[in-house]
Amino acid sequence: MEQKIDNKLTGSQIVIESLHRENTEVVFGYPGGAIMNVYDEIYKQEHFQHILTKHEQAAVHAADAYARSTGKVGVAIVTSGPGFTNAVTGLATAYTDSIPMVVISGQVPTQVIGTDAFQEIDAVGISRSCTKHNFLVNDVKDLTRVMKLAFYLARSGRPGPVHIDLPKDVSANLADFNYDQEFELPTYKPTTKGNIRQIKNAIEAISKATRPLFYIGGGAVLSNCYEDIREFVKQTKIPAVETLMARGILHSEDEYLFGMLGMHGEYAANMAMSQTDMIICLGARFDDRVTGRLDVFAKKAKVIHVDIDPASIAKIVKPNFPIVGDLAIVVKQFLEHLSDFSFNDYSDWHNTLKQYRKDEPLRFVEDSDRLKPQWAIKRVGELLGDKALISTDVGQHQMWTAQFYPFNYPRQFMTSGGLGTMGVGLPYAMGVKRANPDKISINFTGDGSIMMNIQEIITCTQYNLPIINIILNNNYLGMVRQWQTRFYEDRLAETVLDTQADFKMLTESMGGVGYKVHTKEEFDKALEDAVASNKTAMIEVIVDRREEVLPMVPNGHALDEMLLVEDKGDK
Amino acid sequence: MGSFKDFYNSEEKREVLSVIVVNKDSVLSRIVDLFSARGYNIDSLTVAPVPNSEYSRITIVTYGRTRTIDQIVKQLNKLIPVFKVTEHKNVIEKDTVLVKVPLDQSLSDVDVLARAYNGAIMNVTDEAIVISATDEPKRIENFIKVIEKYKPIEIVRSGVVAMER
Repeated sequence: MEQKIDNKLTGSQIVIESLHRENTEVVFGYPGGAIMNVYDEIYKQEHFQHILTKHEQAAVHAADAYARSTGKVGVAIVTSGPGFTNAVTGLATAYTDSIPMVVISGQVPTQVIGTDAFQEIDAVGISRSCTKHNFLVNDVKDLTRVMKLAFYLARSGRPGPVHIDLPKDVSANLADFNYDQEFELPTYKPTTKGNIRQIKNAIEAISKATRPLFYIGGGAVLSNCYEDIREFVKQTKIPAVETLMARGILHSEDEYLFGMLGMHGEYAANMAMSQTDMIICLGARFDDRVTGRLDVFAKKAKVIHVDIDPASIAKIVKPNFPIVGDLAIVVKQFLEHLSDFSFNDYSDWHNTLKQYRKDEPLRFVEDSDRLKPQWAIKRVGELLGDKALISTDVGQHQMWTAQFYPFNYPRQFMTSGGLGTMGVGLPYAMGVKRANPDKISINFTGDGSIMMNIQEIITCTQYNLPIINIILNNNYLGMVRQWQTRFYEDRLAETVLDTQADFKMLTESMGGVGYKVHTKEEFDKALEDAVASNKTAMIEVIVDRREEVLPMVPNGHALDEMLLVEDKGDK
Repeated sequence: MGSFKDFYNSEEKREVLSVIVVNKDSVLSRIVDLFSARGYNIDSLTVAPVPNSEYSRITIVTYGRTRTIDQIVKQLNKLIPVFKVTEHKNVIEKDTVLVKVPLDQSLSDVDVLARAYNGAIMNVTDEAIVISATDEPKRIENFIKVIEKYKPIEIVRSGVVAMER
C-alpha cells in the first residue's frame, strides 16, 4: 500500500483489500470513467486476476457461473450508467436462481448525483428489485462495513446477488480499514435450524404415507448437502424427482430417481407428482413450470416444505408441515430421527413408477438422414460424462440437456432456470472453466442464444479459457417455434434464422477452432479434436430442424396431461 | 390440498401492519417497491421515527386475501432493513384530517361538527377556517362525508397510525 497516509486507505484500496480478505481469486469486469480509481488499484495489486470481458453482461454472467460451479461468491466490477445497466440482466439472472454474488458499480461523484451527470443512472433504484440487497455508499467510512456485509448477505440465508454502488469521490476518499471489525445486522437473522417438533411430525406423516415422493430443488445445491439427501433417500427408499435446478443431487442412475419433473419433465416424474400422497419438498419452490395447472396439482398430497426462505413457503402451495431452515441442517435433523419411526414399505409405489418409466421412457426417434439434437447431448455424456461441467443457454437445447445428460453430482449443470436468460451459455462456460481448470467446460447452446454473447469467444482466447460450445443448429428459435407450431397454427413469426454467420470462421477469427458436423462420425471426431485442441471450440451440429422437446405439459394443463413422443414412420 | 380452501379463496380483508425498520438504505422505497412490484394495495402509509431509537415505524393499511397478506408480511420481513412486522389484530387506530372551509359557512355548525369527531377549529383567517379532527379512520371518513355540505376548499388526511391494545 504505497499510498497509505496515516494508515488510512482510499475507497478503492478498501475495495481491493476487502476482496482480498474475502479470498477473491478472480474478478470479471469492465472499466469506465466512474470506476477508474478502483481499476487503478486493480492494476497495482496481485491478489486476484481480473478478466476483462467484452460486455458487462458477460462479466456478471461469468461471475455468476463461477459462483454456481464453486459455491463461492462471484465478483464483478462495472462502471456507472450503461456499464451498470448492461449488468442488470446478469444480476436478475443470479437473483432468480439465488446465486451468491457481489457486483460493484461505479457512480458519478456524490456532489453531482441527481444532476443527470454524464453516465449517471439511479443504479440502486434499478437494482433494488433484482438483488437480495443493495448499497449506495455515500461516505467512505461506511465502505468497509458495506463490503463485509455485502459478502455476508450474498452467501448467507437464501443466497443472492448484492449490488454496491460506489461514487467516484468515495473511491478516492480516505478512511481507516479494519476488516476484522464485527458489524451488527440486527434486522437480518436467517433461521438455519428446523423446528424439531415439526420435523418429528413430518417424519411420522412420511412413515404413514403410502406414496411419498422427494421433490428436490435448487436449494439442495446451494446448501451443499447432496450426500445427506442421498442418504435420506437410501434409508427411506422413497422415490424422488428433481427440478431443473437440482440436477445431479441424486446420481443419474440412482434407482429411486425418476428424473426431472415439470413442463418438460419425464413422464414417470410427472405421474409421480400427480399421484403422490406426500410431497417432501427439499429446497424447491413450486414454480409454475413445475406445477402445471395449480388447482389440480398433486390433489391427493400432503406437503412437507423445507426452505430457508419463509416467503417461499405457502407462496404457491400451502404445506401441512412448513419447515424453515438451512437444508444442510434440516436434512441432518431428519436423519437423526428417522430411526424413531417405522416406515411403510413403499415398494408397490416404487414399482408403479418403474412401470411408468418402462411404459414411457425419455426418448427420441432416431433418423438415419439427420442428427437428432438429443443424440449429441447423450453422446457427450457417454464420451465425457463426469469429466465435463455443463452450461447451457436457454431454449430447446437447455431442456434436452436437462433430460439427456447424465448428471451425477451437484454443480455439474449451470443453467438459467428462473429467469431463462438467453446468452448466458458462453460466459457461463467461461466462468466455469476459470473456476475449474481441470474440467472440460461444455456449453450446449442454440443458434439463437449463442449470438447473444458471441463476442466472448475472444475473451476465452485472451485468457486461455478453452471451452467447447456445441450449437444444436436448427435454424430456428426452436422453443418459440415449437410453441408456434403447436399453439399458433405454425405461423413462424420471427423465429426463422435462415441468415446465419459461418460459425467456424467466426470462431476462428477470434482465435478458436470451429467445426461444422452433419453426421455422428463427424461429431465424434470434432469433439475429440476440440478436447485435444485446448482452444475455444465451436461445434456446429446441423440437427433435425423440427425436433420438439417432449414430453410437454402445455401451458394451463395439469401435470399428468402430457404430450408424448410419437413414433412417426416418415417425418 | 383441499383443506386449505380458506387460504386460497378467502374474502379480501383489511389489514393494519406495523413495520419497524432501520431508517437507512432507502428503506421506504424498498417497501413501496415491494407493494407495487407484486401488485399489492397500499390504502394508507405513515412513517415516523420511534422515539429514543434508531428505528422508524411504518404503519401500512392494506387489503388482500389471507394468502396475499401472508406473502406481504413475509416479503416485508425478508427486506434486510426491516426489523419486525406486526399484523395487528386488536388495535386502536387513529387518523387525522385537516379541512379548510370558506368563512361564509356557519361557524358554530362547523364547530359542533368538529367537536363531534374529537376535533376543533384550528385557525381562522378572513377567508377561511381550518378545522382538524382525529378519530378512527371509519369515523373520519364519515366526518369528511358530512363536512362536504360546507363546501370545503381543501381536505388533507394524515394516514392511519395504530397501536395494539
